[in-house]
Amino acid sequence: MENTVHAIEFRNISKHFGSVIANNHVNLYVDHGVVMAILGENGSGKTSLMNMVAGIYYPDEGEIFVEGEKVTIKTPKDAFNYGVGMIHQHFKLIEVFTAAQNIVLGLEDEKMDMKLIASKVKDIASKYGFDIDPNKKIYDMSVSEKQTVEIIKVLYRGVDILILDEPTAVLTPQETEKLFNVLRSMREQGKTVIIITHKLNEVMEISDVVAVMRKGEHIKTVRTKETNPDALTEMMVGHQVTLDIERKTPVDIKPRITVADLSVRDNEGNFKLKDVGFIAYGGEILGIAGIAGSGQKELLESIAGLRRVATGSIIYSPEGRSTSNLVGKTPLEIREAGVAMAFVPEDRLGMGLVGGMGMTDNMMLRTWRSNKGMFVDRKEPKELAEVILNDLEVKTPSVEYPVRKLSGGNVQKVLVGREIASNPSVLMSAYAVRGLDINTSYTIYNLLSDQKDKGVAVIFVGEDLDVLLQLCDRIMVLNEGRVAGIVDARVASKEEIGLLMTKNMEEGVH
Amino acid sequence: MNINIIGFIKAAILNGAPIMFGTSGEILTEKSGNMNLGVEGLMYMGGAFGLIAAFLYGNTMGSSANGFVCILIALVSSFVAGVLGALIFSFLTITLRANQNVTGLALTIFGTAVGQFACEYLRVQQGSYISVSTELKNAFINPVMPEFLQNIPFIGELLFQYNIFVYLGFVIVIAMHLFMNYSKKGLYLRSVGESPAVADAAGIDVEKYKYLATLIGGGISAIGGMVSIMTLSGCVWSKEGLAGTGWISVALVIFCLWKPLNSVWGSILFGGLLIAYIRLPLPFLPAQIYKIVPYIVTIIVLILVSIRQKRENQPPASLGIPYFREDR
Repeated sequence: MENTVHAIEFRNISKHFGSVIANNHVNLYVDHGVVMAILGENGSGKTSLMNMVAGIYYPDEGEIFVEGEKVTIKTPKDAFNYGVGMIHQHFKLIEVFTAAQNIVLGLEDEKMDMKLIASKVKDIASKYGFDIDPNKKIYDMSVSEKQTVEIIKVLYRGVDILILDEPTAVLTPQETEKLFNVLRSMREQGKTVIIITHKLNEVMEISDVVAVMRKGEHIKTVRTKETNPDALTEMMVGHQVTLDIERKTPVDIKPRITVADLSVRDNEGNFKLKDVGFIAYGGEILGIAGIAGSGQKELLESIAGLRRVATGSIIYSPEGRSTSNLVGKTPLEIREAGVAMAFVPEDRLGMGLVGGMGMTDNMMLRTWRSNKGMFVDRKEPKELAEVILNDLEVKTPSVEYPVRKLSGGNVQKVLVGREIASNPSVLMSAYAVRGLDINTSYTIYNLLSDQKDKGVAVIFVGEDLDVLLQLCDRIMVLNEGRVAGIVDARVASKEEIGLLMTKNMEEGVH
Repeated sequence: MNINIIGFIKAAILNGAPIMFGTSGEILTEKSGNMNLGVEGLMYMGGAFGLIAAFLYGNTMGSSANGFVCILIALVSSFVAGVLGALIFSFLTITLRANQNVTGLALTIFGTAVGQFACEYLRVQQGSYISVSTELKNAFINPVMPEFLQNIPFIGELLFQYNIFVYLGFVIVIAMHLFMNYSKKGLYLRSVGESPAVADAAGIDVEKYKYLATLIGGGISAIGGMVSIMTLSGCVWSKEGLAGTGWISVALVIFCLWKPLNSVWGSILFGGLLIAYIRLPLPFLPAQIYKIVPYIVTIIVLILVSIRQKRENQPPASLGIPYFREDR
């Protein structure tokens, strides 16, 4: 490198969240006047690394240099002072304020002359080719307009290094094209742009250099011109790691859940799932892979009856009983028919367990309806809680101890254990091993495999491709709410799945 | 039936003045995202300590007591009492992040009891009702505008014949309106009430704004209690006269859609509704029905506001929610 002063340089940066390592001794630099893409799967530490230079997180270890100067950045304001601004995935805007009001919020030296501010905003907008009405209220704006406000907010503060976290996740293809034009014009004017993404096509289109991250580590930085999507995918997913998960060949599989043409919309009317179709067999584990937010949650919730289905059917064929369509049934009816869901959201307790109650009471949430009369039977749930405590080695002082105070792994054991205890014929689990240590993860894998051997149809939404490839029988890849492909887990490769996860599905989704 | 319209409007404005203080103070508080349901308690404290301060001043100075000084003393005492009451609320909800509704209700119970206790204690100690001399009483209730303005026919009677607190209330409300909509600090305060996380990320000291707005708002609300005692109850402690004023003020905040200027006509309307059973009696309507009208009107407004879904008319988005920075 001819120029030794980099725009940003990370030296030996590490960051932990509890026992989870988000970044592990990362060394990375960005040069001036380039568009750099930071590419990686979910949880590869892209966002947490950038949050450290934006003043959201503080590194546990290592040093950050901006323009060759060692810096200590504790708040977003510090970051602005060093000329670094970040646009987060979740916009930080006040809905009832105008664009201009949001832009000047917190600027101490600025006079409250809204006309002057509006004209300055307009100047910045025309300089980079934005389109903005400074007096429009945020709640009247489209997502793309809100993003524009965020970008101008950062530019207004005289930022030279701009970080965008998954900026295109919420944009239409046309809006994305517009954004990329703006980013290119910023590069021409000497600004440094860092874009965090997992979309390969965008990396190839916009970036000059690309840094690949995997599992909290910086793998390599390459020039975009000198690489190709296949090489990047390989760096992103890494080589296959052999895990020792026992996987029996499915025997006597029967269709249990048949999903056809399933479409689901979110509150804004955008499709979260579009024309999804697949069959989950009893006696088989169906893995579901995809970038976070590709419709995994919506799919499970649709099957469990927690989400309104726009179109399509979910045919349930239980052993020895007549088939029925689950669409339109209440969650209770679906659960009583034998469809169990162990969903582990980000906060673990969110769906399924009540944090303030002990194991016994949480078991009772599933059993109390079968009790006759006014009083509930605590004996059976208590016995069940003790069985789970012993079988799954849940570490808790007693079955009455609030589950909120247990460690994450133990909470998940309680949740999965209870769902299995209801003898389901379909067992759905999402992120069942998120944040767990190796041993606990294996306990959960074995539980799921046991269920499969009993003839249960297991649907496993996972993040780790190695686990998916070695635990599941088949893997369905979701990409932007569509089925990108269903592969045989015994013969598929990580690269194959990685490409399905990241390939461009944009036509017609929005 | 002979109804004196101008007389009725005048009475409505006089009766609305305490509510105007209560409401504008609470609007300031709620704009910071804090919902202080302790207004009733704050107004009791303001009423009690405003009266006690005026009484002690009158007692000490005897015949040389000055009416204007007495008003100032009562104002400052009630304001300080309200600030101290709101300080309890702020410490519990902002620093310790206690539930705002529970804390506010507790403050109401606490404040009404403190006010009642202080006045009863002094009364027993003095052996008679605590009140102030006739000259001082008149200082509180006499019109303050110059004679020639008062004497303008019709307009003078309608606009210029009020005591000092009515005009002070107008000044506070207009100042608050200008502050919130045209000053930088006002913009910051509103951003804290809408989204403390965004304000925090922009480098605004969320705790400072919440504390200041809640303390000053509490002080302004408490002045309303003093105004009620000194102008409507004849400078004598009257638990009955004050009861419910704080709750009407909280209801009026919703009615005003969290906009200070609306509290001018809102408090006149509610003041009018409060005395309608005396001024506009209908033989078949019991007085109790009249007294619930302000609350019914508030409910109707709430329903209309939520149906029309206009974003400006919604409460501050973070109202009632404690802010943890680590929650981001």
